[in-house]
Amino acid sequence: MSAARGFRHVALAVAWRTIHNVLHNPSLLFPGLMFPLLNFAAFAGGLSRLRHVPGFDYAPGYAGFQFCFVLLQSAAFGGVFTGFGIARDFEYGFSRRLMLAASRRSGVIAGYAIGALVRWLLTSVVVLLVAFAAGMRIKGSAVDFTALYLLAIMVNLAFLCWACGIAMRFQSVQAGPIMQTPVFLILFFAPVYVPLKLLQGWIHALAVANPLTRVLEAVRNLLAGTPTSEVGVAFAVAFGLIVLLAGWALLSLRYAEAKG
Amino acid sequence: MSDTAAQIYHLARRSVVRQARQPANVVAPVIFPLGLLAVNSGGLQPATMIPGFPADRFVAFALAIPFMQGALFATMNAGTDLARDIQTGFLSRLSLTPVRGVALVLGQLAGVAFVAAIQAVVYVAVAYAVDVHPASGAGGVVVLLALAIAIAIGFGAVGVFMALRTGTGESVQGLFPLLFAFLLLSSMNFPRNLIEADWFRWLANVNPVSYLIEGLRALIIDGWNGEAIALAFAITAGLLAAALLASALALRTRMTRT
Repeated sequence: MSAARGFRHVALAVAWRTIHNVLHNPSLLFPGLMFPLLNFAAFAGGLSRLRHVPGFDYAPGYAGFQFCFVLLQSAAFGGVFTGFGIARDFEYGFSRRLMLAASRRSGVIAGYAIGALVRWLLTSVVVLLVAFAAGMRIKGSAVDFTALYLLAIMVNLAFLCWACGIAMRFQSVQAGPIMQTPVFLILFFAPVYVPLKLLQGWIHALAVANPLTRVLEAVRNLLAGTPTSEVGVAFAVAFGLIVLLAGWALLSLRYAEAKG
Repeated sequence: MSDTAAQIYHLARRSVVRQARQPANVVAPVIFPLGLLAVNSGGLQPATMIPGFPADRFVAFALAIPFMQGALFATMNAGTDLARDIQTGFLSRLSLTPVRGVALVLGQLAGVAFVAAIQAVVYVAVAYAVDVHPASGAGGVVVLLALAIAIAIGFGAVGVFMALRTGTGESVQGLFPLLFAFLLLSSMNFPRNLIEADWFRWLANVNPVSYLIEGLRALIIDGWNGEAIALAFAITAGLLAAALLASALALRTRMTRT
């Protein structure tokens, strides 16, 4: 079997298993679905008066403003929740058997990534429908909207790699907080509730330094149909995150292989 | 000391020592809400520019939230600990003794009160550290601590009921998203009269957690708002009574002596 074929076989098998497990187990499917929906309800519903704050001007409305954040949040946590499954596979000994059987072990990471992507796409469709129901207006073109989703897919892949790396290193579900907490922090240190220009003090400084701010601002600009040069920067940031965190995942895979 | 009082004392001591020996049970409920407070008070500071917003600094408005989040953690800790007692057979062995159900439940809640007291003192200290002085003064701080501990005990009793009803830690943990939803769909981030979306304002109005938060918040930013404070205490008492009654019924099945 050629290397590429071996990689594809392993990736598709792991992806199918991941998707099958999620779709057949409500306790795995619903938290990933409910978490962004609850956040969307709380932010878009409870905080919509923030659109009256002087300096807040966003054409798709506050629902659209929050949709962008919740979309990225669900993408990032789609990766993290899949990481829980990877950790569980290690705890139950499935991963050890998988490592023995896989001809190209890097295909294991690719398989989990495909699984995470399909899982998140399901969530994103529901979030999108709810956002429309809440009054979100899309001002961008089809190309803008495609670019918006592409950025979210990149975020999903990057944070899947992060969680995968943690799961392969710690090999226990107890590492869950290590997977979640940094992702939670990087998301909430972005301009979640109001645009960056309205933030002040330490939270503004953190938001400026936060790479995810570029992605979030670009996603909001794309939804509003006002893409700027920031979009290119956002793609570069997302690509950089993927390269960095994929490297981390591969290193952790080698660690897991060496551990046996 | 009567038999029941002695039983409560020993089980309460066990519960407190157990909490103290699990630093994660004490530290996480303190750190996590404070982290969220920092993020939200920074990100939502522009909300204070909205006409009618009741505080000049969002951190003062949001300080009530950590008390509620701490109470949610208390629910999880109390429930998970009791579920572990059930799963490890401790409760079965206990049912061979003449221990009374009321002692078991109240003893368990002592651990909750212990952690809640630590949390509440830390949150009040943080308030002063960020230059937020409760408008109700020193007396208000005492009432604030009492209300916070009472709310945690009320939610802790819900955790106890869940543990007795289901018998597994996983089921108790599964309750967390539901309780967190109650928190998110309340007036935690905005006063109810300023919530713009009708459906959300309706949810916040019927959500009892809104009134618990508003009772705590009143002591911090309003002063002695008797109605808000009384409502918070009344809802806490109702929650505690309902949870204790449900726990007593669940306990009958769980501790059946043959």
